[in-house]
Amino acid sequence: MTTIPMETGLLLAGVLFMLGLISVMIRRNIIFMLISVEIMLNAAGLAFIVAGNHWAQPDGQIMFIFILTMAAAEVSVGLALILQIHHQLKTLNSDAANFMKG
Amino acid sequence: MGELLWLIPALPFAGALLLVLFGNRVSRALVSAIGVGSVGISAAVTLVLGIQYLSSRPAFIRQEVWQWFDVAGFSPSIAFHLDALSMVFIFVITFVGFLIHIYSTEYMAEDKDYARFFACMNLFVGSMLMLVMADNLLLLYLGWEGVGLCSYLLIGFWYKEPANGYAARKAFIITRVGDTAMAIGLFMLFQHFGTLHIQSISTEAAQVWSIGNETALIIALLLLGGAVGKSGQLPLQTWLPDAMAGPTPVSALIHAATMVTAGVYLIARMHVVFELAPAAMMAVAVIGAVTLLIAGFAALTQYDIKRVLAYSTISQVGYMFLALGVGAWSSGVFHFMIHGFFKALLFLCAGAIILALHHEQDMRKMGGLSKKLPVVFYTFLIGAASLAAFPLVSAGFYSKDQILWLQLAGENGNIWLYLAGLLGAFITSIYTFRMVFLTFYGEEKTHVGHKPTLAITVPLVILAVLSFAGGFIELPHNFGHVVLFSDFLAPILPAVTMVPDFNQYEWMLQLLAAVISLGGIFIAYLFYYKKPELIDSIHRSETTMAIHRFWHSGWGFDQLYDTLFVRPYVYLSKVNKSDFIDSIYTFIANATQGLHQLFARTQTGVMRNYVAGVVVGAIMILTISLLL
Repeated sequence: MTTIPMETGLLLAGVLFMLGLISVMIRRNIIFMLISVEIMLNAAGLAFIVAGNHWAQPDGQIMFIFILTMAAAEVSVGLALILQIHHQLKTLNSDAANFMKG
Repeated sequence: MGELLWLIPALPFAGALLLVLFGNRVSRALVSAIGVGSVGISAAVTLVLGIQYLSSRPAFIRQEVWQWFDVAGFSPSIAFHLDALSMVFIFVITFVGFLIHIYSTEYMAEDKDYARFFACMNLFVGSMLMLVMADNLLLLYLGWEGVGLCSYLLIGFWYKEPANGYAARKAFIITRVGDTAMAIGLFMLFQHFGTLHIQSISTEAAQVWSIGNETALIIALLLLGGAVGKSGQLPLQTWLPDAMAGPTPVSALIHAATMVTAGVYLIARMHVVFELAPAAMMAVAVIGAVTLLIAGFAALTQYDIKRVLAYSTISQVGYMFLALGVGAWSSGVFHFMIHGFFKALLFLCAGAIILALHHEQDMRKMGGLSKKLPVVFYTFLIGAASLAAFPLVSAGFYSKDQILWLQLAGENGNIWLYLAGLLGAFITSIYTFRMVFLTFYGEEKTHVGHKPTLAITVPLVILAVLSFAGGFIELPHNFGHVVLFSDFLAPILPAVTMVPDFNQYEWMLQLLAAVISLGGIFIAYLFYYKKPELIDSIHRSETTMAIHRFWHSGWGFDQLYDTLFVRPYVYLSKVNKSDFIDSIYTFIANATQGLHQLFARTQTGVMRNYVAGVVVGAIMILTISLLL
């Protein structure tokens, strides 16, 4: 079995993270923003796996399980907020929820 | 025997407190009962104490009511001190004050602020009593300031007229100039003696300082500053004529019993310090002499009857200063007492006239009142005779003659002071009888409305008797030789050192004073009764009219102070309207406000902007941590 070099794995994680970050910033639809955050979380998780593999340690995989758990909790809170925003504003555009300015 | 002492000032204070708290809710009769009664009982207590004092003749009676405070070894007490000097003052304040209060019940009967008037009057009498009874200078200063406050309240009593408020502020501010000097004097006294107790200072000062000591001189001059302010002497005399804005009983109280004589009391009380500073004594005498002349000439040209009396007060207090300045302490206090009687009488008479003529104060519109207001006429005549020092029968003759005599016979006097006093006496009798002839003789010009009743006439008659008979308790050496008054004061106030072998001239000087007084009356008779056309000829000349206007304005002191102090001050405050110092602090506040607005703009409420902000921040931190 050929091993994937660590640089490749970390590069993939970095690219995924940047993609997620950019789409959080440019997306207006709040569901897409939530998905982008999930992508960023998974990018971070991938980085842990790669690092764990590199040093042959189980810690990386344990961290990934933690991230998954945390992401599940985060998504439930996030979806509840999205439901509330949709209920209040009848839209999913995040820019419409700008009452707390200045 | 001193247990009752605290009641004398406490009663008027209690009256004032009751009237302030409940005055507007109770009937006028009750207000009069409280207002007049408190001073009346105070006078009765004074009488009881006075009889006890005269029968046992202790050096002094002291009563400590409680300790005021105790800070770093300075522990003044609320304590009252009764000796011959304060006895004379208390007597005049309570009795003349009581008569003025009785008079006020009729004079102010129509006023809607009846209770406020009596509350202020009681407070005034109470403060003045505290001033003269205080056993330490701090308590004296409390009374001193209380008197200043009450003068403000009462001069501006009819506060709806802006001019009255102006006069009240003027009186308060100008006397404050003197008060500040006096406060500094008290600080210096405390610095040197570690106490403000009058007795201790008097005994220690004579031991610590030799005659002509520089510190004693400075302190004496500072105390003189306070006395000059309160007593309306040069150069702080300008408030007194304007103080006529208040109701007439207030003028009587200010001029006869309270306030104006506070300065005389202060100098007499602190005479030990003044004796150690001969230059300050000379300053007292010169101020007195100049003031009595300036005020006398100003009184000659006034038409408002109350202003004539105001200037005559300045002038008569000038005589008291003249006496104090040559060390004739008891003569100064004697003249104070006699002046208290006749000036209260004259003011109350003037008030009765003003009331009768529907608040007309211009003497040119008066005349022929001798038939219409006989009681007022005869009592006024007695008061005027006393003021003009009518020979032999008036009290004023004996008190003033003594002062003039001691200018030559006393060691510290000199011929110039005597001549100033003599010229002043001449002018006094001219303007006094000018007032009499203009007001009571000639044809009637204004209809007499209100006839005075008992509440006005009884005080007038009592005061007239006192102004007539008061002089007989002190008669000159060559004429009866009665020295009851100076004997009474002798334990407190030292006698004048006389020039040797001068007594044989006394009758000549008395004759001269008598001739001067009668001559003044004759001139007034000639100009204002017999040949009024002489006045017209004076009024036609341009030079004399210029002098007339100058004197009428009180020697231009108001204009002078206006140019010297008021206008530069107003100009400065106009220039610095926005307050230069304050702008530093407003700058700090404005900068904070600006930054706040700048940063508040980043709070857009758009979530994506916040995300971008987080990203930028994270990149910056990463970059910095990588570079360093």
